[in-house]
Amino acid sequence: MTDTVALRAKAEALGASLPALLAAAEHLAANVALGEHGRKRAGMGDDFWQYRAASAGDPARSIDWRRSARSDQHFVREREWQAAQSVMLWVDPSQSMGFSGSPGRVTKGDRARLIALALGVLLLRGGERVGLAGQGVPRSGRAQILRLLQGFADSGVDYGTPVEDGLVAHGRAVFLSDFLGDMGAVEASLARAADRGVHGVLCQILDPVEEAFPFDGRTVFLSMGGSVSHETQQAGDLRVRYLERLAERKARLAELAALSGWLYMTHHTGDPAQTALLWAYKALEGAR
Amino acid sequence: MGLAFASPLLLWGLVALPVLWFLLRAVPPAPIRRRFPGVALLLGLVDQDRQADKTPWWLMALRMAAIALVILGFAGPVLNPKPLVASDKPLLILFDGGWAEAPDWSARLDHAVTLLDEAARTGRKVAVVQLAEAPQPVLFGTAADWQGRLAALLPRPWLPENQQRWIADLPEGDFDSVWLTDTLSHSGRPLLATELAKHGALRVVATARPILALHPAVFADGKVQLTVNRLPAGDGGSVDLVARGPDPSGIEQDLARGTLTFAAAADSGALALELPAELRNRVTRFEIAGQNTAGAVSLADDSLKRRKIAIVSDGSDREGLQLLSPSHYLRQALQPTADLLEGGVSDVLPANPDVIILVDVAKLPQAETDGLLDWVKKGGLLVRFAGPKLGASDLGRIEEDPLMPVRLREGGRTVGGAMSWDDPKTLAPFPDGSPFHGLEVPADVTVTSQVLAQPDPDLAGRTIAALADGTPLVTRKSLGLGQVVLFHVTANAEWSTLPLSGLFVQLLERLAVSARAGGEVAGDLVGLTWVPQRLLDGFGTLTDAGDRAGVPGAALDRAAKNGPGVEAPPGLYRAEDRLVAVNAVGATTVLAPAGWPVGTVVEGLTVSAEQSLKGPALGLALILLSVDILAALLVSGRLLAVLVLGLMVLHGPQAKAQAQVQAQAQTADEAAIAATEGVILGYVKTGDTAVDEVSAAGLTGLGDQLYNRTAVEPLAPIGVDIEKDELAFFPFLYWPVTPDAGVPSSAAYAKLNRFLRTGGMILFDTRDGDVAGAGGTSPEAQALQRIASGLDIPPLEPLPEDHVLTRTFYLLQDFPGRFAGGAVWVEAAPPDAVQAEGMPFRNLNDGVTPVVIGGNDWASAWAVDGNGMAMFPVGRGYAGENQREYAYRFGINLIMYVLTGNYKSDQVHVPALLERLGK
Repeated sequence: MTDTVALRAKAEALGASLPALLAAAEHLAANVALGEHGRKRAGMGDDFWQYRAASAGDPARSIDWRRSARSDQHFVREREWQAAQSVMLWVDPSQSMGFSGSPGRVTKGDRARLIALALGVLLLRGGERVGLAGQGVPRSGRAQILRLLQGFADSGVDYGTPVEDGLVAHGRAVFLSDFLGDMGAVEASLARAADRGVHGVLCQILDPVEEAFPFDGRTVFLSMGGSVSHETQQAGDLRVRYLERLAERKARLAELAALSGWLYMTHHTGDPAQTALLWAYKALEGAR
Repeated sequence: MGLAFASPLLLWGLVALPVLWFLLRAVPPAPIRRRFPGVALLLGLVDQDRQADKTPWWLMALRMAAIALVILGFAGPVLNPKPLVASDKPLLILFDGGWAEAPDWSARLDHAVTLLDEAARTGRKVAVVQLAEAPQPVLFGTAADWQGRLAALLPRPWLPENQQRWIADLPEGDFDSVWLTDTLSHSGRPLLATELAKHGALRVVATARPILALHPAVFADGKVQLTVNRLPAGDGGSVDLVARGPDPSGIEQDLARGTLTFAAAADSGALALELPAELRNRVTRFEIAGQNTAGAVSLADDSLKRRKIAIVSDGSDREGLQLLSPSHYLRQALQPTADLLEGGVSDVLPANPDVIILVDVAKLPQAETDGLLDWVKKGGLLVRFAGPKLGASDLGRIEEDPLMPVRLREGGRTVGGAMSWDDPKTLAPFPDGSPFHGLEVPADVTVTSQVLAQPDPDLAGRTIAALADGTPLVTRKSLGLGQVVLFHVTANAEWSTLPLSGLFVQLLERLAVSARAGGEVAGDLVGLTWVPQRLLDGFGTLTDAGDRAGVPGAALDRAAKNGPGVEAPPGLYRAEDRLVAVNAVGATTVLAPAGWPVGTVVEGLTVSAEQSLKGPALGLALILLSVDILAALLVSGRLLAVLVLGLMVLHGPQAKAQAQVQAQAQTADEAAIAATEGVILGYVKTGDTAVDEVSAAGLTGLGDQLYNRTAVEPLAPIGVDIEKDELAFFPFLYWPVTPDAGVPSSAAYAKLNRFLRTGGMILFDTRDGDVAGAGGTSPEAQALQRIASGLDIPPLEPLPEDHVLTRTFYLLQDFPGRFAGGAVWVEAAPPDAVQAEGMPFRNLNDGVTPVVIGGNDWASAWAVDGNGMAMFPVGRGYAGENQREYAYRFGINLIMYVLTGNYKSDQVHVPALLERLGK
């Protein structure tokens, strides 16, 4: 009984926040002008691509008579191939994403969801198929936005590992996480994704506090879930070594991405979400 | 120096300190617990310095010191402990309590407090006596009783003379005495000292501070003579003497200053101050600078004042007959103490004398009578002397003349002459209520002739001196604020021997015609009741006497002769028009050192007082503990956060104010340089922060557009406070008008008008284009009318189609801001402007409008935020953005117009413009 009541309260709270998130994502997506989404090759589509001389095997109805009438040759009007692409979004649901270094700043998880949803809105508007990792196959259509919304969840684990279920072969993937957890899982995931010909984007979302490590004195550091802790007498002394390790981690991620043909960026919650969205969108386009 | 403890047993607590050391050392400061996802990266990192696990030694030392101090503090350390006095007899503390002790009065009180504390500890009975007071029975009480009353003791502004009077009031039995004395000799002192010594031990406490006494100022040889007496007579030395009084605006200040130098080993010195009469009459007091005692102050009264007296006689003084001259005796009587004027009434009235004496003058022209009347009513004193002419005239026969106190009977009378049986008449004693009351009547003053007053009903009230047979001799009446006095005899010895006697001078003096010439005239004060006006206290400060009862003249006379006392304290006393000063130091006062009976112990005042160190020790411990808090925070790494928080709490509200102060501290030069670095658009600060921000943002946006589109490259806009800042550096001011805008000060108006006259332009924006047209009755428009009423603004008209503003950069006919359509007003074109031939413009080559007035809220349309994004929406959708574009265009045109004037009106460009217009 209590469980259902608590669940319902939570669901209602979430439901109340969803329209806001959706509105924010729509707002963010509205600022990105839709460009051409052609596949830069001939194929099925609406837009003109090129005229080419008709060759044997071309059906007669594909000949463009108006163009052909201007010369002695027959021309076929080719259209640009416009095929929908499948994009799988993985938003790290772990507790570590619930961190915010200052009361006025959004948590990393909120920012990740916002970017993911905005990206989803953009892609869906572009006619792509979008899905959340672990939530079934990617689908197209506006209705999918709501499904994305409902798919965002929090898990109880401290650090998340990428889930590549539902990755469509030769599709695209977007991993949004702080990547502070086990690197082995990330490497394995990327390897599996690369095996299936999936390209994508690693977007590491960090809080400015995590970049600066502005701590001092005797401190017990706890992970968000409390499963990992570290006690130090002089937190300030650790700063340099922490930053070294962070840089190392970033370099490793970039290296992994380069190896598997992915793109990697770091986004800070202190910066506007728009930069990350634009970058991710361009990255997805560029990877095509 | 010595140190003792009230409860030394507590010091054993110090033994426990080492135990505390181990306890404290074992407990390091608690760590902060922080949620931090990056902890995954920290795993395995080892602290380089593990010993911080224990409390650092310096923190330990700090805590130990604090605790040791607490223990020491509660043990009650006392510095300079007093050996307890064995005697348990009651203690009598005597103060001399005169002005000579005022400079170190607080030291004396402190000494007495120490004595009382001591007595409180030993439980001795105590009594405190101030010898300058009137004697009263001495009663012993507890020290606690006296501790409260001691602070209320004040030095008296006189000297404690006649001390033997206290002998009768001394209590029976044995008691010890401590006598806090000035070092002066006073009458009865040896007697009292001997008596005290009989009751028990007598200690005398005295200071070595020199005592200075300023004698009353005397006017002699045209200078103010000041004498200062000192004790002890040292080698040389000098004191500054200051004459103080109101300046012409009524503010008390130093009117003159002089330095008196003592000869070596001399106990007195003299200084002659030469003061102009005007200045001398203003002086209210002389004082020795830096000496705050009543004895260093000499109050100035009438005796220093030189009254301006005009003597008007008939002018027919015959040469060679000086002794018969009607005004000769007056002149002789008044010369030493007054400034004399002589001449006709019309000649002396403009000098505004204090007194005018008419010597046997009967008839005056109407103009002079009127003038005299006015002058008397304003407070002048008119004294008339009778004489043959007055007696023979018709003045005041039938009706009372306004300038005569009584009506006169025809003829007058002569007694005691060759043709009469009577003896010459003598004077009756002066009646009560007469200003002359108390003066002695010399027997040799006789009157042989006089004019007679008509026996009118109010004659008795007006008579202030009469002959033995009751005939009025001197009559007086008030007139307005002044008075008219008539002597029924002549001013020379023709009709009476009065002018030959000393009484004549005294009479004049009592009438405040003349002032006392220095020293005391016997009986001068007696017979009158003197009301204290202002009184001196022991420190030489004058205070209002309030409603203190008057002092009989006899008492005042005694005070003047023997020095003041309880019955007549020093101060200023008034009776009728005369002001008399009683000074703490009389003319004959001599300072002499006191003599003590053989065997009396005389101590200095400065003894190191017993000092409890308990408070300081505990306070220091508290400070150390506060430092410990900071140190603990430092060790646990929380110091910075707490400091920042503390600073925010402390300085949050002040930060702004400080910034403002610093901004103000910036020199005018720096502001001028900043404002002249380039083209700077100014806006007027309204005091409404939101409006000012929009103004700044708007001009920033306009500046950006100017930078992008034109050769004008403005710097960041500057807000201008029209009250304080210099306007000359700005070519253009944007002035948003708020409904509650105040009217600038006249100085600001002057500045604004200069700004407008010298080519500056102000864009007034009422920002109400959505609700009202310009010139409407909105609150902003009313505020604009208030502001503009003081400005030098030419006649205005709505911006005509051919105004230069419509084509300085862009061709415009619309001037929207955030609101569109409101009229924009500029200086009206001259009525004789004619349309140029073949052109759509009139010849408007001269005159750049100094103001542009509108209500379209341009700044809001121009405003951009820090990222260059528009701050406010304009209109709706694309049309709105279009409107914003036109707003920018208007702004650009306006700035071009400001910077280039009517350049675009130049005919040279007309063909090109026409070509474009034609397209």
